[in-house]
Amino acid sequence: MDQQSVQPPQAPEEADLAWLPAHPDLSAALAAARRLPQPAERVRAAAELAGYRHNFLAAGRIDRLASLDAVPPAELRGLGLFPLRLAILASHTVDHLFPALRVAGLGRRLALDLRVAPYGQYRQVLLGPPTELDEFSPQLVLLALDEAEFQLGLPLEAGEAEVEEAVARRVEEVRHLWRRARERYGATVVQQTIVNTAPPLFGNFEGLVAAAPGALVERLNAGLRRAAREEGVLLLDLAWQVARDGAARWLDPVRWHQAKQLVSLRSAPLYGDLLARVAAAVAGLSRKCLVLDLDNTLWGGVIGDDGLGGIVLGQGSAAGEAYAGFQRYCGLLGARGVILAVCSKNDEANAVEAFDKHPEMVLRRDQIAAFVANWTDKAANLRDIAATLNIGIDSLVFVDDNPAERAIVRRELPMVAVPELPEDVAGYAARLAEAGYFEAAAFTADDAQRGRQYALNAERQRASQTSSTDMEGFLRSLEMVMDAAPIAPVDLARVTQLTNKTNQFNLTTRRYTEAEIAQVMEDPSSVTLRVRLADRFGDNGLIAVVLARPAGEGALAIDTWLMSCRVLGRGVERAMLQSLVRAASARGARALIGVYRPTAKNGMVSDHYAKLGFEPMPPPPGAEDGATFWRLELDRFVAPEHFISIMEGVA
Amino acid sequence: MTRDAIMAALTEVFHEVFDDDSITLADTTTAEDIAEWDSQTHINLILAAEMRFGVRFRTSELDGLKNVGDFVSVIERKLA
Repeated sequence: MDQQSVQPPQAPEEADLAWLPAHPDLSAALAAARRLPQPAERVRAAAELAGYRHNFLAAGRIDRLASLDAVPPAELRGLGLFPLRLAILASHTVDHLFPALRVAGLGRRLALDLRVAPYGQYRQVLLGPPTELDEFSPQLVLLALDEAEFQLGLPLEAGEAEVEEAVARRVEEVRHLWRRARERYGATVVQQTIVNTAPPLFGNFEGLVAAAPGALVERLNAGLRRAAREEGVLLLDLAWQVARDGAARWLDPVRWHQAKQLVSLRSAPLYGDLLARVAAAVAGLSRKCLVLDLDNTLWGGVIGDDGLGGIVLGQGSAAGEAYAGFQRYCGLLGARGVILAVCSKNDEANAVEAFDKHPEMVLRRDQIAAFVANWTDKAANLRDIAATLNIGIDSLVFVDDNPAERAIVRRELPMVAVPELPEDVAGYAARLAEAGYFEAAAFTADDAQRGRQYALNAERQRASQTSSTDMEGFLRSLEMVMDAAPIAPVDLARVTQLTNKTNQFNLTTRRYTEAEIAQVMEDPSSVTLRVRLADRFGDNGLIAVVLARPAGEGALAIDTWLMSCRVLGRGVERAMLQSLVRAASARGARALIGVYRPTAKNGMVSDHYAKLGFEPMPPPPGAEDGATFWRLELDRFVAPEHFISIMEGVA
Repeated sequence: MTRDAIMAALTEVFHEVFDDDSITLADTTTAEDIAEWDSQTHINLILAAEMRFGVRFRTSELDGLKNVGDFVSVIERKLA
């Protein structure tokens, strides 16, 4: 089962995207793809090639093949790409990174439209009169500053208080720039941390001198990170990445002096990917679920052959410790909200026995939301896992030590992320981390509960199969309590996260930044609703959102109605309508207007409004193709049946 | 490596960097002769050549490059 070939040593630039598989002949594939007649077909081919390991030269060629400029956004969306406008404001040269950045975007399902502010002009652009960037209207702004830009002019003997004050002043200036970027463009802001490029003056003593260059950079970064936390700004933490990988891999002092390139061209694919994964997280495209193989992935050996006592796991051997270490890392991912699942070719009884009886197992059954051990092919099992968990197949990451299984899954399910693993289990956790599949744009208390909630869902499903013969009985037995209230500042992070990653139960799939949602929240003529749901198994957290804006003549138009998949099929939408109608009436509205905008993923809600008793209405002039419109007169509203007690917050 | 062999390998580097297999090089070829050869692609060329020939150019060597002939000479000297 464990056939691993010895790989030839790789040049450093090719080891950079080590989680991606190598293409057998990238040049030939590029040549073939260039002959495709349609621009959209070439983009599709480029997006596929972006999923293979590539250096900066190959990135340049894939970028030229894609020529994203030539394809309109609607067509890019049709290819499954998310068009995103990104502006980079930098105090060093970044243009050389653009081709690799766009290609990294394709690899993360983004079609990036990039602009750069004139070299070193970030302050003027943000604080001064309108520039081309205002017209470009970026959705994401990266502020990329470097150490040379943060010379504080302090004497080396400056004391603690003086240094602290100078750093705080500089951080406040950057904070002001973030706020401006938000106000000007309504963009999400990403701050690049400061890479320590200064050679140490004092050696090991550097950290003991408050004004020494290395100590200053560290203090600035701490200040920027804290301010970013307070402001809801995201980080591109280049400082940490460079510290982990080593400056030699990232920086090239010759190119700094020649062209003020902070990041060397050689590192462009990795830099591009770091930024692309942050952008993907903002767009709600991060992966959600980690699916793990068992034999030789979570333990050494084959449980079916070697038996409970024969597998290598835990104390007693280096390999056993390493497998336990990998399990611990997976468990921690679960604790931060990544859903864990198992997909293994095994007799279920054997697989379960290892979880239940092996004393060194770190992962527990109740941390695994979907547990599939059988002899069916893994592609089919992965489809089942996604269906069971009610998530898209494209939110899965599949980790398997067996290169043949990886290749089959990649071929059958190209939308599943399947990282290459190092030969030694000691490197599994680092490789999975390095691949950046689970990048976050927020971390809320709800995330920390998610693994538990999915596991509870599995229990609920069992309850629905065993304890209740009828649906109504099952729903009643859940003893659901819904808490519906207007969105409050404390809800913003989770609400934004939901608007950006909910794909299936989402009537309009409109993505919003925190700033945009705050605007609706503060508008007295709009109605917002955030819904939490608890039941006898536990709290499901904040699971649904409605944004409604006045549409004239006493009507409120439902701009956004979405719900997390984990509470589907429980009548929550019917209870929500009741709360929505009440809130709308309180605002003096006479009717609700609903719109359904079809996407590749939201077919399940095409008849949402019909089911809730809305009447179809003709689309208003200028409405987009395919969208359907619905109207509900509030005086004719009859509360639909549901089995949920409603608790309403202050409306 | 002979000058001719270096020129042949460098030609392949140009093909890869400019994604254009029709480029032919002579000692007298300059940035004027290749439409896409600007300050940005110049750095791509240098890095690609460094990777291809397994050499590292010094800051001072980069300032003296006027045409492809100079480029070949620097590589020749480094490989000698």
